[in-house]
Amino acid sequence: MIRLNNVVASYRTGRGSINAVDGVTIEIPDGCILGVAGESGCGKSTLMKVIYGDILSPMTLSSGSIEYGFADRRGAPVTSETVQQEWFRRISYVPQSSMNSLNPVIRISKQFIDFPGNDPDKRRVLDKVRAYIGKLGLPAEALDAYPHQLSGGMRQRMMIAMATFFQPELILADEPTTALDVVVQKEILMLLMELQEEMGNTIVLVSHDMGVHYQVTHRMLIMYAAKAVEYGDSDSVFEAPLHPYTRMLISSLPTIGDDRARQGIPGRPPSLWGELRGCRFADRCPLATDRCRVEEPALLEHRPGHFAACHYAGAEVPMGGAQWQ
Amino acid sequence: MAVILRTEGLNKVYRLGSFTRSKAIQALSDVNISVESDHPVIIAVVGESGSGKTTLAKTLLRLVEPTSGRAIVYDKVVAGRGAETARRAFLASIQPIFQNPFEAFSRYRPVDAYLHETADRVAGLSGREALAAVEQSLAAIGLEYADVAGKYTNQFSGGELQRVSIARALIPQPSLIVADEPVSMIDASRRMIIINLFKKLRDEAGRSFLYITHDLATAYYISDFVAVMNKGQVVEFGPARQVMSDPRHAYTRLLLESIPTTRSRWRPRARLAG
Amino acid sequence: MSIDVKDTAMSALLAPAPVKTRTRGSWLWLVNPRLAVGLVILAVMGLGSFILPFFAPADPSIQATYMRNLPVSPAHWLGTNALGQDIFWFLVFAVRNSLTLGVLVAVGVTIIATIVGLSAGYIGGRFERIVMLFVDTFITIPLLPILIILGALIRGNTSFLTVGIIIMIFGWAWDARTVRSMALSLREREFINMARFSGANTIQILVREVFPYVMAYTLVGFINTILFAINLEATLAVIGLSKIEVPTLGSIIFWALNYNALFTGQYVWIVAPIVATVLLFLGLFLTSTGFNAAFASKRGVS
Repeated sequence: MIRLNNVVASYRTGRGSINAVDGVTIEIPDGCILGVAGESGCGKSTLMKVIYGDILSPMTLSSGSIEYGFADRRGAPVTSETVQQEWFRRISYVPQSSMNSLNPVIRISKQFIDFPGNDPDKRRVLDKVRAYIGKLGLPAEALDAYPHQLSGGMRQRMMIAMATFFQPELILADEPTTALDVVVQKEILMLLMELQEEMGNTIVLVSHDMGVHYQVTHRMLIMYAAKAVEYGDSDSVFEAPLHPYTRMLISSLPTIGDDRARQGIPGRPPSLWGELRGCRFADRCPLATDRCRVEEPALLEHRPGHFAACHYAGAEVPMGGAQWQ
Repeated sequence: MAVILRTEGLNKVYRLGSFTRSKAIQALSDVNISVESDHPVIIAVVGESGSGKTTLAKTLLRLVEPTSGRAIVYDKVVAGRGAETARRAFLASIQPIFQNPFEAFSRYRPVDAYLHETADRVAGLSGREALAAVEQSLAAIGLEYADVAGKYTNQFSGGELQRVSIARALIPQPSLIVADEPVSMIDASRRMIIINLFKKLRDEAGRSFLYITHDLATAYYISDFVAVMNKGQVVEFGPARQVMSDPRHAYTRLLLESIPTTRSRWRPRARLAG
Repeated sequence: MSIDVKDTAMSALLAPAPVKTRTRGSWLWLVNPRLAVGLVILAVMGLGSFILPFFAPADPSIQATYMRNLPVSPAHWLGTNALGQDIFWFLVFAVRNSLTLGVLVAVGVTIIATIVGLSAGYIGGRFERIVMLFVDTFITIPLLPILIILGALIRGNTSFLTVGIIIMIFGWAWDARTVRSMALSLREREFINMARFSGANTIQILVREVFPYVMAYTLVGFINTILFAINLEATLAVIGLSKIEVPTLGSIIFWALNYNALFTGQYVWIVAPIVATVLLFLGLFLTSTGFNAAFASKRGVS
């Protein structure tokens, strides 16, 4: 069980400071795949970085805490300060573009054994790795190649291999398939799901593609303007979304075979610099009332296991109307 | 019936390397598609990266010379042998919309400068007529001139900039607008605004579109015709509904199967304990 | 796949927060301590060397105006040299001449390099290849051997103009190459196509679209060329190539060396121009890097 307690992550700049994640409190059960969705600027990538413990200035974890639910070598519970030591062992990261994460002038085998492991004999580790990547559909020779000699899909499998080799409890994947072709994307996602079922670990997956979330995730977290606006089982969120933003987002996506008219959500999220009062979605929400503009809705459990931050959670959202903005 | 788009044996080969050892990349391989219609249409060209769809767009826009073959748009030869070279006439008949709205305008110029320039140099208008044309095309995309005048790219969102791009492309009243991945860099929640706009412009303003994308769902939603490309070849082509619901070619089927939809799952998900 | 998912955290950071029309006149972002110091030095030396000559009591290049080898005194702020010239006034005129030469050469070099570089980079094709052949030839000409040969031929009988031209010949090629590579990468950018489809012709594109992106480099390059020109002139003067009767930083050093100023204890004569040169270079360097830093910080993450 991973607990996020009122996590606030800020960026401090010359202009002042801005909360890219502004008070997220959720519990992630073990062995689940959690999808995090939201538009650019909503804070999902920052949230990932905070959970991973990749907190570098000018970003800071200005308040709140994360309980990881596993203990370090000495038996003490891991916290945000100590999580860095657990990288690759208990918690790992699959980045968006493997091109940016693999050193192009070093063979992959050297990059694989670059990180700490229990086995001092590197050759033995490499043999184990060779066996492991075969399971992921990679030929053993791929390990001795340079990154540019492999295709994008193979490189991303390599990244997944690196991230899962030590069977960590928590894997964070930030848009792991965005840079890949749709056919390769399906293979990679299936691979991730198989591995997760086998190892029983938790995966937090960020993607802008709601289809990917539907296929892969058990639970969904929807973020908007640095806030968590909806959180629940994926089935529940997709079939009966509670928050108007989620409703409008899901119904704006066209599907093949479905000829119904679709509408985008006009407007844009508020700037995080100014004074923000009330619900941050109020400007764009067709259900907004004066109460919404003044009183910020809390993330409440409106149905068992399904949370939403809206005063009118579950209400019907009138679609259509003003197309522009 | 007018020939909206016809390509005849369109080929494009890129040579990489030096004199002694060069590699040939076949970006377009014998592309033959034909669309004839009385009304304006939206033709989608779908495929993955490297499929040739962007090269096809560039060929039609004359940003790239075909190695052989030719292309005809609205009964005029635009690329290949026999291409009519009158530059202004060409610019007035085909206009582009690019993928990255922030890159489409120079950081150092106000965006309306491009609108005025188009009205002046492509549409051949001046003074009050030019301003009227600019205002009209901005209105077609839902913006007022005051929203746009004197502003630079960093003052707009991606979606707004893309709409300004569309307005600019509309000014000379082109018969075909070539849109290369116009919404892939726009947030999912705002994509449909642009996509619906294309539909509206086809229906109300009579503009035809060539919609290049890797997103089959939006292609299905607005296109009349779809061309599926793979490795430089058109593997399947036909009316959009038909191709998407009853694909003939194995590659098309593979593509359709691989899209993560929100309707049915690829594999049943194990029950989550606890 | 061509989706480019922006670093979303940074995009939140950069979203213009109260949206306002960009104030074209505000140059505040330009100012940083390095640039300020550099500009102050240049202002002092520049204004000093251009205004003071009006107050000079006599033409400092005329020899035997005063008693020789006088020490520093209120009448002669830096003393006099072995030729009977007032060192201070000679220095002032020297700085003026060196700066003038430097600026004029830099203007010429920058104009040539920018025009050649932009057109070669943007137009491409055979035009580019011929032009770059030309440019590369000039880059690879070895500077010093040629200068020495020239020096042997000319033996100080050149006009100041010729010196300027020689420096320009050696200075323009490198910048042209840099501008050309910038133009090359700019050529591929989407807004260039946008401008083409808006009906702009090549010249309009070069001036309105490409040049603003090159401007920052041009400014920095300009200042660096001033440095290069002054340096080269000094080198030429010291080896006897320049017109040594005209006071320049180089010619002071030439005369001082010829009269063995170091050995005869006339330290002021040789040290003064060196200090002035170093100070001038410092001013130019700080200004150049100051501009560079200001432009870089403005570009930010865009």
